[in-house]
Amino acid sequence: MTMLSVENLSVDFRVDTGWIRSVDGVSFELPENATLGIVGESGSGKSVTALSILRLHAMRNTRLTGRIGFDGKDLLKMPERELRRLRGRDIAMIFQDPMHSLNPVLTIGDQIGETLRIHQGMTGAQATARAVELLDMVRIPDAKSRVTDFPHQLSGGMRQRVMIAMAIACRPRLLIADEPTTALDVTVQAQILELLRDLREEIGMSVILISHDLGLVAEFAERVIVMYAGELVEDAPARTIFETPTHPYSEGLLQAIPSPDADVTRLYAIPGRIPDPGRRPPGCNFAPRCGLVQPSCLKGTPPLEPATPGHLVRCPVRLHAKVEA
Amino acid sequence: MTDASALVAGPPQTAEIPPPVSRWRVLARRLWRHRSFRIGGGIVLVIVLLALAAPLLTDGSPNQMALRNRFAPPSAEHWFGADNFGRDIFTRVLYGARISLWIGFASALIAAVGGALVGMVSAWFRRLDALMMRIMDALLAFPAILLAIGINAALGPQVSSVIIALGSAYIPRMARIVRASALVIRELDYVDAARVSGAGSGRIIFRHILPNVMAPLLVSVTFVFAYAILAEAALSFLGIGPPPPHPSWGNIIAEGRDYSVEAWWIMLFPGLAISLAALGTNLLGDGLRDVLDPKLKIEQ
Repeated sequence: MTMLSVENLSVDFRVDTGWIRSVDGVSFELPENATLGIVGESGSGKSVTALSILRLHAMRNTRLTGRIGFDGKDLLKMPERELRRLRGRDIAMIFQDPMHSLNPVLTIGDQIGETLRIHQGMTGAQATARAVELLDMVRIPDAKSRVTDFPHQLSGGMRQRVMIAMAIACRPRLLIADEPTTALDVTVQAQILELLRDLREEIGMSVILISHDLGLVAEFAERVIVMYAGELVEDAPARTIFETPTHPYSEGLLQAIPSPDADVTRLYAIPGRIPDPGRRPPGCNFAPRCGLVQPSCLKGTPPLEPATPGHLVRCPVRLHAKVEA
Repeated sequence: MTDASALVAGPPQTAEIPPPVSRWRVLARRLWRHRSFRIGGGIVLVIVLLALAAPLLTDGSPNQMALRNRFAPPSAEHWFGADNFGRDIFTRVLYGARISLWIGFASALIAAVGGALVGMVSAWFRRLDALMMRIMDALLAFPAILLAIGINAALGPQVSSVIIALGSAYIPRMARIVRASALVIRELDYVDAARVSGAGSGRIIFRHILPNVMAPLLVSVTFVFAYAILAEAALSFLGIGPPPPHPSWGNIIAEGRDYSVEAWWIMLFPGLAISLAALGTNLLGDGLRDVLDPKLKIEQ
């Protein structure tokens, strides 16, 4: 059953010279109890897409078009008051930088308990007791004494665990994790990912994992969408993306992961930079950086076409070459 | 017992680590080490204690006239001398401390509460910002004293109207300071995190923003306190402060103005008291600023 369906979502931001399109016509679906990865480099619009689901942008300078259905209701048209009831209860989110995501003047117990007090009307004592359980769930040792700690007394990994505890306090049905491990040590990254995987099974929630690391996402998610310059360029099951990436950009991302086996002296990088959202190239956004570029690529935005059922790719050159072969 | 067995059988390691020192004790220790905070705090404390102990140190009647003591110079009997009605200046200055400190405290409180509300609301509800800040700009365009004179004239000569006048005259400065800090804080991730938790505006403003703007707020409160004491003296001197015979410091000076050459002590001692109180609170505020808000120190 489809829980979340994003249809043709576009996000524009106001700048001095007018409006700039940051996300352009993105569509995807997420069923109950599933995992989705969103991959792309900085500026590809993956975080903007995620923030739109909870409508966290400064609304004065943002224009959202399209539809984001959650349980059949359009989140983009929902009154703020109603949306606030969903935030934290049904949809939760964790951020990239655990160093700045916790309020320095409140204890972690206070902050974990906040969601419970808002949505479940718990008293302070009840919320603290539940916060201890939640700290146990995210495997913070000695939870009972930790609950009165302030954020500055915790390490980065611990803080991200606290953030996760805050997010799962009300057993949400959808958890959006926006680069949850980027700011952490590699060893801690693996632990946090492991924790997210376990919690997902325990609670039975869906998770959207946003990352620039295709390897990490492919390992965690069942389905992966790849974004480039605000557009969705490939949408496929994780295994397919990992084994047979079809869009040249996905291929490049995968190649950019250094292999431990090969004796490489020089790391692979996709040449060029992501285009400025105000000055996107004509035709395919990726054309200036693409090794397969054809004259036809520069004419019009290529359509998102199925390569196989359930595998969408925005690259006619690749798709039609495949057909011919 | 070997090291290995100690490791296995010993109590958990955490039990041996001393509990971390609380934030407040760290803060208190740092304040105590700060010299100007110590001096300023000492001066303010002495003034407050003297004000509280006024009935014990004097005969308790600041308005008691004794015509045979008219213009008595400072002596063992009248430490600070006596005024044109033979009232003891020492007694009046001590009782004046009560009024002046109360006016300073209460108007700083009004300015802090009002400024915090206006500042946080403008920073959080961006649509209101332009309107509220233009109102504040308009208020700032008047010198605080002039504004206070106007408000005071409208409300009539009472201690409470002096407090309201001075308090509201200082709201715009406080609002700007709070707004500036709140604008920084509203963009931080933990405010987004609170929104993700489903927190409404009220909860975010009072639970997440207010505690984090307390440091600059508290620092400027001490300065407003000092300004208010000075402004009260100025208002009294102009004849629109607390009505006589209230022995506020400004009033004593105003009443001694006509005799400044022959009976200099009438103006000198309340004047010294004002300077001392202003000096003390400023030093105290400097210390608070250095400890609570180290960034400001570098900028100045």
